[in-house]
This record gives sequence, C-alpha cells and structure tokens, in this order.
Amino acid sequence: MGFVEVMDYVDGKLDWVAAGLPTESKDAGKPTAGSIARHDSPTCELSESLGEVKKRVRATGWDSCVVINSEQVVLGTLGKKELTGDPELSIERAMRSGPSTYRPFVPIGEMAHELVDRDLPIAPVTTSDGRLVGLLKREDALRAFHEGRAHRRDDSAAMAS
Amino acid sequence: MPRFIERAEVQKLAGRTRLVEVLPAREFEKNHLPGAINLPLRQLETLARHTLDPARPVVVYCWDSA
Repeated sequence: MGFVEVMDYVDGKLDWVAAGLPTESKDAGKPTAGSIARHDSPTCELSESLGEVKKRVRATGWDSCVVINSEQVVLGTLGKKELTGDPELSIERAMRSGPSTYRPFVPIGEMAHELVDRDLPIAPVTTSDGRLVGLLKREDALRAFHEGRAHRRDDSAAMAS
Repeated sequence: MPRFIERAEVQKLAGRTRLVEVLPAREFEKNHLPGAINLPLRQLETLARHTLDPARPVVVYCWDSA
C-alpha cells in the first residue's frame, strides 16, 4: 500500500494492559484492580527467615507480605496466619505458595465479588508474566466498589429529578 | 511484511508513529492504547488509504498474538 514502514505489535492490547500501562476509553477513570491495589506492601524473598520478615512487616503497619524473586515475580504470600509461625522457618516453608493473581485491568466490582466469594483478604495484582504490580486488599476493593455504586445512584437520581 | 515489535519499542516510538487498533469498534471503545485510531481489520485496506499518511510509520495491533 506504499507505506514507509508498517510494524506489528504482536503481543497487542492484552500485553499493554497487563503491564499496567494507561489506556484511553470511555471507561477511563473507573476503578480496576490495578488502580486500587497498594504499591507499598512489604515484599520478601525465599532466602529470608520468617522472623526477619515478621519484624519488617510489623514495622510497616501491614499484616501481610508478598514473596517475590529477584525479577519481582510473585511466588507466594504470607498472611496473618503464616506470619505467626516459627521465626526460624524459611519463607519457602512458611508461605502460601502459588496464590491466585489478578491482572490490573479487572474491574473493581469483579474483584470485590471474587475476594468475598473466595474469602481472600488480599490478592496480588501482577503483569501477564507474573511480576508484582501491587497488593489489593479486600476492604479497599469493597470500598471502591460501593463508592462507585453510590456515585451511579446519585447520578441516576440527579437525572430523574 | 510488517516487522514484529514488542512493548518497549512501541513505547519508544510513541509520537513518531501512527498507532492503529484493528479490532472491531466496540472493542476499541472499551479501551485502546493512548493516541491509537481504530481501523477494523475488515475495512483496513480501504480506510488506511484515506486515513493514514504513507510517509509516517504505522504500528498495528490487535488483542494479542492469537
């Protein structure tokens, strides 16, 4: 067709969105797993001991921690229960391995239902290749979901009056 | 035959290329890469002639590699 150069971004929109990169849309601004996830959650590596990690987690005010490798790939999580274990335990033995992970573009309503249905207090949000984007807390997901519903009710009421 | 590129190069080329999403309009409306325009695949050849500047490099993308 006479174009100077045509390139194909083979991995496409899914790759872009899963990397947590911004997009444009008429739904822009609606909360998603990625936009509500916290980016300050403590992380640790397999080589550490539970005792060391517990001290660090307490100092941050969190009650959970994500286990990652040197490339930020999520390997497991340590929740309240796991953090009460023997301080001499290795992280590898203490952690809950292979947690369910979620992509940044999942709408917050869907996340809220998932976290309640599966009784998950936290959920790692990752890129498509498993790298940590943030940690989503159930209470944050529920709050964002209910705030969104309240706004939509207010908008409907304003339009009806 | 188009050259295959990855995400890092798409980001590096931002502003210097025309980004084109070839999915149907409904998919484009849900979300699209910043600055992209929509030329659905079925109409791509027809629309491209009238919409795109042949002197400007083009990056096309779909949903994924499937």
